[in-house]
Amino acid sequence: MKHIADSAIEKALAGRATYADARVMDIRYRDISTKNGQVGRCSEGESVGIGIRVIADGAWGFASTDRLTPAGIESCVSEAIAIAKASALAKRHDVVLAPEQPFVDTWQNPFVKDPFRIPIESQIAVLLAADAEMRKVKGVTLAEGSMSFRRIEQLFVSSIGSAIHQVKMQSGAGIVATSFAGDEIQKRSYPNSFGGQHMLRGYELVEEMDLARHAPRIAEECVALHSAEKCPEGTRTIILDSSQLGLQIHESIGHPIELDRVLGMEANFAGMSFLTLDKLNSLRYGSEIVNVVADARLDHGPGLGTFGYDDEGVPAQRTRIITGGLFTGYLTNRETAAAIGQSRSNGTMRTESWNRLPIIRMTNISIMPGDRRFEDLIADTDDGIYMETNRSWSIDDRRYHFQFSTEIGWEIKNGRRTRMLKTPSYSGITTEFWNSCDAICSREYWTLWGTPNCGKGQPMQTMGTGHGAAPARFRNVKVGIASSE
Amino acid sequence: MPAKAKSRKAARARVSSGHKGSAAADHRLGASELRRIAEKIFRFSEADETEVDVSAVTSALTRFANNTIHQNVAEQGISISVRAVADGRTARASTNRTDDDSLRRVAAAALELAQVQPRNPDLLPMLGPQKLKKVNRFAAKTAAATPADRARAVAKICKMAEEKKQTTAGIFSTGISEFALANSRGLFEYYEETRAEFSVTMLEKDSSGWAKASSANINEIDCEALAERAGQKAADSREPREIPPGHYTAILEPPAVLDLVGFLFYDFAATCVRDQRSCFTGRMGRKLFGENISIWDDVYHPLQLGAPFDGEGMPRQRVILVEKGVPRNLVYSRSSAAKMKAAPTGHGFSLPSEDGEAPFNLVFSGGKASTEEMIRSTERGLLITRLWYIREVDPYKKILTGMTRDGTFLVENGRVARAVRNFRFNQSIIEMLASVEMMGPAVRASGEESFDMVVPAMKVRDFHFTEVTKF
Repeated sequence: MKHIADSAIEKALAGRATYADARVMDIRYRDISTKNGQVGRCSEGESVGIGIRVIADGAWGFASTDRLTPAGIESCVSEAIAIAKASALAKRHDVVLAPEQPFVDTWQNPFVKDPFRIPIESQIAVLLAADAEMRKVKGVTLAEGSMSFRRIEQLFVSSIGSAIHQVKMQSGAGIVATSFAGDEIQKRSYPNSFGGQHMLRGYELVEEMDLARHAPRIAEECVALHSAEKCPEGTRTIILDSSQLGLQIHESIGHPIELDRVLGMEANFAGMSFLTLDKLNSLRYGSEIVNVVADARLDHGPGLGTFGYDDEGVPAQRTRIITGGLFTGYLTNRETAAAIGQSRSNGTMRTESWNRLPIIRMTNISIMPGDRRFEDLIADTDDGIYMETNRSWSIDDRRYHFQFSTEIGWEIKNGRRTRMLKTPSYSGITTEFWNSCDAICSREYWTLWGTPNCGKGQPMQTMGTGHGAAPARFRNVKVGIASSE
Repeated sequence: MPAKAKSRKAARARVSSGHKGSAAADHRLGASELRRIAEKIFRFSEADETEVDVSAVTSALTRFANNTIHQNVAEQGISISVRAVADGRTARASTNRTDDDSLRRVAAAALELAQVQPRNPDLLPMLGPQKLKKVNRFAAKTAAATPADRARAVAKICKMAEEKKQTTAGIFSTGISEFALANSRGLFEYYEETRAEFSVTMLEKDSSGWAKASSANINEIDCEALAERAGQKAADSREPREIPPGHYTAILEPPAVLDLVGFLFYDFAATCVRDQRSCFTGRMGRKLFGENISIWDDVYHPLQLGAPFDGEGMPRQRVILVEKGVPRNLVYSRSSAAKMKAAPTGHGFSLPSEDGEAPFNLVFSGGKASTEEMIRSTERGLLITRLWYIREVDPYKKILTGMTRDGTFLVENGRVARAVRNFRFNQSIIEMLASVEMMGPAVRASGEESFDMVVPAMKVRDFHFTEVTKF
């Protein structure tokens, strides 16, 4: 890898680039799925290539290829420089990058069991065992399971002298029971929707999930939802489980704090952000108990947003995003940090693959635990709804107004969890919602969830992000409007 | 346009090295090279049957924001995917390495994966050679587009924005893709297409407008006219006022229709109905939509793109899905057709797949009304440019939620009265398609939530807007 990347940098500088970086990536994957007792998808694959990013004539160019021969690299570099020079035809000022140190390092996330060394037949057997358990429950019309594994090896080399080798091993799995009856399709997932839980860990993550043990419960809940009462419409206290709160963080904190959105760079597609620059260190984002960080360090946990260095060679960092309810930080890269006068990027440039340009992405955006036991939170709630496991999600293009539905809910009356509710949903305005948070559960209930399917950029890139969350309570929230007549 | 490359070496030799007057980087490999790769794999494979998909892509995208180009990228790559069958079992392995060792390894990996599967009782033998209807979706002008061509077009749009004291953002992309499907029973099918896409947003202090188009032929995309339209939308939507949510007559421009009805596509899959997760489960043959709604899947329609064969090599057929409001037919892969005693329609995914099949070339019947006529005939309603972040709330009632974006207007007494703040909606698409009062001609529409389709503008009564946002 090293000589390929080095030759790209040499050629770029010889072609009058003033800055160049190159990422050689070797991605290996395994995907398995089952449906109603049969194997659905079973595939393995690899993808190897190089992405070269240059500044020439004061403007950016990027080209990528899978032809890792000297001629292939040379033509890719030439194309990157030609593109940069074309970019300069419509530039307003030269690109300026916040300073960064060169790093020569290697990094790999720890794991116990290499998922690619586990026989595929035993992985299929795990999914089929859970599948059989779900289908034992009368009324389940569809039982599905999936596992996915990624090994991403990459070498980043830049013209400031960095050479960073990283290996990330990622595992994920989940099961879903679906039931069709009357005029309803109900669904329950374990341990989360979006294919379950995903982390930078080995196969031990899948073993810990114990899918077959949880299969009967979600199957029974799925069928029971048909005879549950519909979530009422009105203004209520709600308690969100940690996985739903993780997605709430993703949509209503993670995206609006992306500084490229704030500066208008995503205006045509993903949209902009209500967090204009005047709001930094002045906006009361949430109540005083709301503390949120962006933390890519392994110390935070092996999340999908964990790494040693980002994809422009900046070390993983912890940034305070919301501090005691006050908005205190954006996600930045070297270019946008310089644009708002900050001295250093906080390291959030990430790319899906060798053929995509790194862009600002969430790392692990997590709410810090509070001090409540979950049981006490329920006991302390007179009248509310507990909602669990995301089913649908939507938010406007400046990240003010959101609406979420979950797979299941329970009414809370006089401190006790009572009847099951179907089609639970809630909606609101981001800052009003976070300011209504009055209780967060403690570290014991905190989980670092993985969201493997975050889309952003043109061409679209799918990225995994991490979200640590514990169940939390919110007051005066509008519920039930999603299925109102 | 450069001549079609006869070999990888020849293609490489034509790669551009400078922006002034340089040719586009046409990395096409051509049918004979893709066939050569497939045949090499057949020689290496020890499976009972072997299928090879080879796809190659060359694409570039110029991205602009704040009246300048801020991202500008190009991509060249190949993907080789091998499906092996062994004793009634099948699996797939992929690589993007083309040396002999890698091809030998990927063939062996597919076979090894297949051998450890449970036997699949539904697995059918691979197809032999098929007769395909020809389509031509390769435009020389698109293939020849250079980074400088795209940059010059974008520079004009940036200048237009500055002259109007607006801020622009968007993309201009061009690309070539080629794909070959071959199997050890002698099937070989090849398809190539070009694609150009331009999307533009114009922003003012408190408003925005948007327009987008795509085509195989770059000459059919009028970037300046699209920017003009987006700029006018932004100007017209200044100082939006908040009005209460509720049921309104909605005039949906084609991109808004597209992004809603696009959510129906998988419901037409036989596998989806068999799995009882389609909104058409138990509803086939019943009047569900208005008499004015007919939908078919037609890859041969002149406004459509895409290969005329499916993931197993079956020729795609034109299928009438909805006739005068009644869902009549589904699309079938070979496997789902066998299970459901129907004929395959050429819509299957590459195997192995638990999802079966889907129509990707939906065409809606249209009408003759212009958007102006829809406005003139509306006492009180909303004119919608575009929708955003649409998600399914109820899969059987087919209730979707989402937001309006980039130009939402109140229509009163037959004219556009003013701009209004954006709404959230929660609307059943089944009810919507039963409430269409007027339609425009069906056009190729581009949005962000669905693949491009051929749909009309629609005037719909009682569209359910449930909440309002802050802008």
